[in-house]
Amino acid sequence: MAEWVHDLGGADGHGAVDIEPDEPTFHADWERRMFGMTATVMTQGRVNGSEFRHAIERMDRDWYLGSSYYEHWLAGLATLLVEKRDLAREELAAHGAPSFPLARAAGAVEPTPATGGEPFAVGQRVQVRRFDPAGHTRCPAYVRGRVGTVVRRDGVHPVPDVEAHSDERPEEPTYSVRFAAGELWGDDAEPGVSVCVDLWHRYLEASA
Amino acid sequence: MTEPAHHHAPASAIEQRVAALEEVLTEKGLVTPEFIDGVVGLYENDIGPLNGAKVVARAWIDPEYHERLLHDGTAAIAELGFGGPEGQHLVVVENADDVHNVVVCTLCSCYPWPVLGLPPVWYKSPPYRARMVREPRTLLRELGVDLPESVEIRVWDSSAEVRYLVLPQRPAGTDGHGEEELAALVTRDAMIGVARP
Repeated sequence: MAEWVHDLGGADGHGAVDIEPDEPTFHADWERRMFGMTATVMTQGRVNGSEFRHAIERMDRDWYLGSSYYEHWLAGLATLLVEKRDLAREELAAHGAPSFPLARAAGAVEPTPATGGEPFAVGQRVQVRRFDPAGHTRCPAYVRGRVGTVVRRDGVHPVPDVEAHSDERPEEPTYSVRFAAGELWGDDAEPGVSVCVDLWHRYLEASA
Repeated sequence: MTEPAHHHAPASAIEQRVAALEEVLTEKGLVTPEFIDGVVGLYENDIGPLNGAKVVARAWIDPEYHERLLHDGTAAIAELGFGGPEGQHLVVVENADDVHNVVVCTLCSCYPWPVLGLPPVWYKSPPYRARMVREPRTLLRELGVDLPESVEIRVWDSSAEVRYLVLPQRPAGTDGHGEEELAALVTRDAMIGVARP
């Protein structure tokens, strides 16, 4: 299975969660500028949320894990704008940033295929399809192949797997699917735990 | 275990890149300092967990609002004037004596901005995203929420378009409290599910 660094659910080797008391909204002025620039470009529709997420997902593993959140935004936004030819690396260099790392190229990606079929009903048992995404998806690896129960239907929404890689905007139902912890983690599961994951129709198939 | 949740690259290099990017985008007319200042000010000054706390306090004192909130979170939250980016589809999940809810985004940082503001660093950090779906009981205990095994834990991974808000249980001994007094008890972390009010 391809390793996508951002797809962290259930990953081993992570330590304590440190909650910073009275954390400020931003920790430095450059974070403010980064947030504001990204909000501007997204509001204009020059960049969509799926392609922005995917640009961040294309950061190399060590860079992604070793950099702060708004550095991810910096990498994602600059990468996309260079790829879309809204700006050039030479221009960034001319403005005082000769070294400007960007995420790796997406390459040609066939989006996760549609499966069709009737919408699933609340209470229905579904199995998450096993697939190995070459590009963007919002189906976390830790639920692929697992069986759960639809607990909520949330209307139809553009499929991110397509939105990140083409100009098409097919819409499909999304569902909240509940998985018992034992189904996800086997003997390692904690007692009395379930995990609900929100999933697009094409990630799922009916289960017995 | 002492690893900080965020690792800053040398600030000067990052600052240099961000400044260069803003200069180029400003020259091209793609961004303006006014718009950036405006949106930053909105999230630093106006939109934050005080909004969510008002929603929770209202639900605690008004049974009909409580019902509407659980039935259609987006609409009930809009009644109090809150909505917008990252809040078009809000779902409220309610804690009870035997159920505790907690929210995570394992893939990135999805979070209900209109009611909680922008997410804190720890919520976006790899340890939280990796561990909350796999060992929520252990992680919640580390964070100070020690739940007996009789309490079911429901973890909500916001991987699509819905953003979640946890409705905590009203603390005991607050019968005489007014709405504002109640709202003051509601913390950001309680509305994510990693603390109790």
